[in-house]
Amino acid sequence: MSQYLLSTYAVEGEVPGAPGTPEEMGAFMERVAALEAEMAASGAFVFGGALHGPDAATVVGVGDGDLVMTDGPFVEAKEHIAGFYIINADDLDAALAWAGKVVDAIGHPIEVRPFRATGRVEA
Amino acid sequence: MTPAVAAQGEATGVERVFREAYGQAVATLIRVFGDITLAEDAVQEAFAVAADRWRSDGVPPNPAGWIVTTARNRAIDDLRRSARGRGLHERLGAAATTSQGPATEERPGDGPVRDDQLRLIFTCCHPALRTEHHVALTLRLLGGLSVEEVARSFLVSEPAMAKRLVRAKYKIKAAKIPYRVPEEPDLPERLRSVLSVLYLIYNTGLDGPERARLRSEAIRLARALVKLMPDEPEAAGLLALMMLSESRVPARTAEGALVLLRDQDRAKWDRTMIEEGHAIVHACIRRGQPGPFQLQAAIQAVHCDADSFEATDWPQIAALYDHLFSVMPTPMVALNRAIAIAEIEGPSAALITLDAIAPDLDNYHLMHAARGTMLRRLGRPDAARAAFARAAHLAATEPDRRFLARQLQELAQA
Repeated sequence: MSQYLLSTYAVEGEVPGAPGTPEEMGAFMERVAALEAEMAASGAFVFGGALHGPDAATVVGVGDGDLVMTDGPFVEAKEHIAGFYIINADDLDAALAWAGKVVDAIGHPIEVRPFRATGRVEA
Repeated sequence: MTPAVAAQGEATGVERVFREAYGQAVATLIRVFGDITLAEDAVQEAFAVAADRWRSDGVPPNPAGWIVTTARNRAIDDLRRSARGRGLHERLGAAATTSQGPATEERPGDGPVRDDQLRLIFTCCHPALRTEHHVALTLRLLGGLSVEEVARSFLVSEPAMAKRLVRAKYKIKAAKIPYRVPEEPDLPERLRSVLSVLYLIYNTGLDGPERARLRSEAIRLARALVKLMPDEPEAAGLLALMMLSESRVPARTAEGALVLLRDQDRAKWDRTMIEEGHAIVHACIRRGQPGPFQLQAAIQAVHCDADSFEATDWPQIAALYDHLFSVMPTPMVALNRAIAIAEIEGPSAALITLDAIAPDLDNYHLMHAARGTMLRRLGRPDAARAAFARAAHLAATEPDRRFLARQLQELAQA
């Protein structure tokens, strides 16, 4: 069993697949909830969430031996990661099948990336 | 395979066996060990051993099986020795035990071994990899071409091709691209990807005599695919399309210039290949599940049937292009359809179609060449010259350039 990161990117200030009306919002949430229930029931769901925008980000770095805080995201880009799932899948085909379902639910592209290692590092 | 091994091999038939057995052996070793690089290295080693041993002992009755068994034993020995391989070796307990007994030869052509190549070709052509990776992996792993040969065929440097292969193999391993034949509902689309890769390899092989190996390899792989998937009419269609195209290769160029179908010396066409292509097309028609490759093969079959360009059954060809366009509405199909229309309705009807698709194919030299031909036939030499000049500017291969230069010359003399 491998783990994959399914992430979606958004242009700053835009929410991926953002529904325009309350009705659309309701339908959107229903689709996502149904998909997540399916993921959980099949044992694929590990974790997932939606992120605040890059304006809420802080970068912690090192400068002259001291920790330095910088307001804003690490990568200055037009698009930023907006949300993600971490899933269990037997292989890439299984991961891609889940990604396809996420795309169907949110109407936005998904990047699928395998984890090289997961869990706590053993010393 | 290193040049040295190939050179030694010629005397002992290793080179001949190599082409047949390389893909089978690599595919089987990948199934057993789940590691492409390990499988490649072991198969290379086995061929080096074969080059030595077969010279003294002769080629064994089942050379591919011998290579698989030898490669497997080598791989297991290597794994036992290396720390890196210990974990893998433990997981492969069963495989390791059998290797200690007397060598039992795997028989390519039977059961799971037979399917190994099929699994591997679907891995090589997985949609999560780029087309350039599909082609490189297929030629390297299943065709047994050296990195240098693959690089030369696609006009990239050897280090660049080596990097491309490393990148593709890394992704297969890291992302865990599965090693299996896809199931419905994914199969039709995935098979289309495999067939397109083989056809791309074949067409690249048409670009020059130094690339002939690509054509023979594409045909060999298509033939293998048909044997492995006898229920897929599109695989058969692709094989027929390649055979019918290949039959005309001897007549396709003269003095280094492209020769159009209308001017080809049909006596040079290979009748044996045409017969085989025709037989496959007829079997496809009886099956009644037409698809893009079968329809393209049927069009080529009609061309090959005609004793002369004038005797071609153009209405039949136009009808097949209509059918093809309905399942594959690409500008390329529209272009070929327009060329057929010219033979039935004349050049002005064809020109109307060509002008409609011209913006989509503005960078394709044969579209401009077709326009030039129609314009010349309509008695518009200046426009024809401009079209041929644009075509000559865009043409990528020497035979095409020479053909177009000749058209321009003829227009200048007229």
